[in-house]
Amino acid sequence: MRLGVLFSGGKDSTLALHLAAQKEQVVCLITVASKNKESYMFHTPNIDVTALQAEALGLPLVRVVTEGKKEEELADLEKAIVEAKKKFQIDGVVTGAVESVYQATRIQRICNRLNVWCFNPLWKHDQKALLETLVAKNFKVVISGIFAYPLDETWLGKQIDAKVIARLVELQGQYGISPSGEGGEIETTVLDAPMFKQKIEIVESAVEAKGNCGVFIITQARLVPK
Amino acid sequence: MILVVDMNWKQDSLAFGEFVSPIVSVVQTLEECVVKHFLEIDTSKLGCYSKIVLSGTPLKDHATLKQVEKFDWVKSCGTPILGICAGMQTISLVYGEPLLNCLQVGMAEITTLKENPIFQGEFKAYTLHNYSVSPNKTFETLAESAKCIQAIKHKQKDIYGVLFHPEVRNQEILKKFIQLKQ
Repeated sequence: MRLGVLFSGGKDSTLALHLAAQKEQVVCLITVASKNKESYMFHTPNIDVTALQAEALGLPLVRVVTEGKKEEELADLEKAIVEAKKKFQIDGVVTGAVESVYQATRIQRICNRLNVWCFNPLWKHDQKALLETLVAKNFKVVISGIFAYPLDETWLGKQIDAKVIARLVELQGQYGISPSGEGGEIETTVLDAPMFKQKIEIVESAVEAKGNCGVFIITQARLVPK
Repeated sequence: MILVVDMNWKQDSLAFGEFVSPIVSVVQTLEECVVKHFLEIDTSKLGCYSKIVLSGTPLKDHATLKQVEKFDWVKSCGTPILGICAGMQTISLVYGEPLLNCLQVGMAEITTLKENPIFQGEFKAYTLHNYSVSPNKTFETLAESAKCIQAIKHKQKDIYGVLFHPEVRNQEILKKFIQLKQ
């Protein structure tokens, strides 16, 4: 089966890609770049790094830009899947949805309309276990967005490792935040993963933060040998 | 020991993690379970299981609906069975009850029509299906949504079907089935 992965460049879509590639043929990545930082559907920090990630993976990228207005952005996602179907003859799409029924429902409906399969290989998986899988499989993932109390700017740019996971799980117990950021508490950017043929090196970055909201923006990056 | 049947179109498919693993996670909180793909069921061993759960599948996967003969054991095994989504559709076909088109994706309001041991009242559930069933002579209707029948039970046997996905929302329904006293 030829598949396109809905790819934000964050940990969930990259892990979903990793799992999909073990079972089927992944032929392209599909990215929706939202101009709306509050998008309900799409991961926003460092979405432009997806071009570099696609190059690192050796996969073509289908990219559409959306204004990010609620529900209208879905029409843009549909356009992107239509384009991927036309250009790369995909039979289905893969998403990194874990818990969000809102996200999953909308993507399932689009796929059904377009007569393509929809796969969510991380669906309902234990969030701590997913984070541990990333570390065990040598994914290099940095926190690129924080959007919940008590997270602050000291978290931005941090690489997810066993220590960070333990702290996130602690915060889950104390404040009810989702350790993998399923409630939008954190966003991530993947710099290296098993399928990457080259890894991403950050040349320049900036932190924009106010209280418990902030982003780690990669302003310049390059591919380097692994 | 509980048997969870993988209803996906092939063994070790990409849909396993989405439709089978979440059921296993819930069941394992109560009892040990084993997973078998529907093409590798050893009917001589079905007596070893105290309950059987048939998983759902992706919307585009109709493999079990086209191979209903592989499920003849549903009629004879005597073990309580819960079919989820494609599982419910397959059970209906096993008994010769036809399916009708009913696309539903997302959260839906479910209304209980008949008292039963695994759920009650009104609740919201996650749906993802292309087909439902009509009222028929083999199964009683336990619940419905605004669009179609959402849950059935065999009139004589402990064979249940739910079209919605209790492994996604309403996990207690799956747990109540596992804890049913025979």
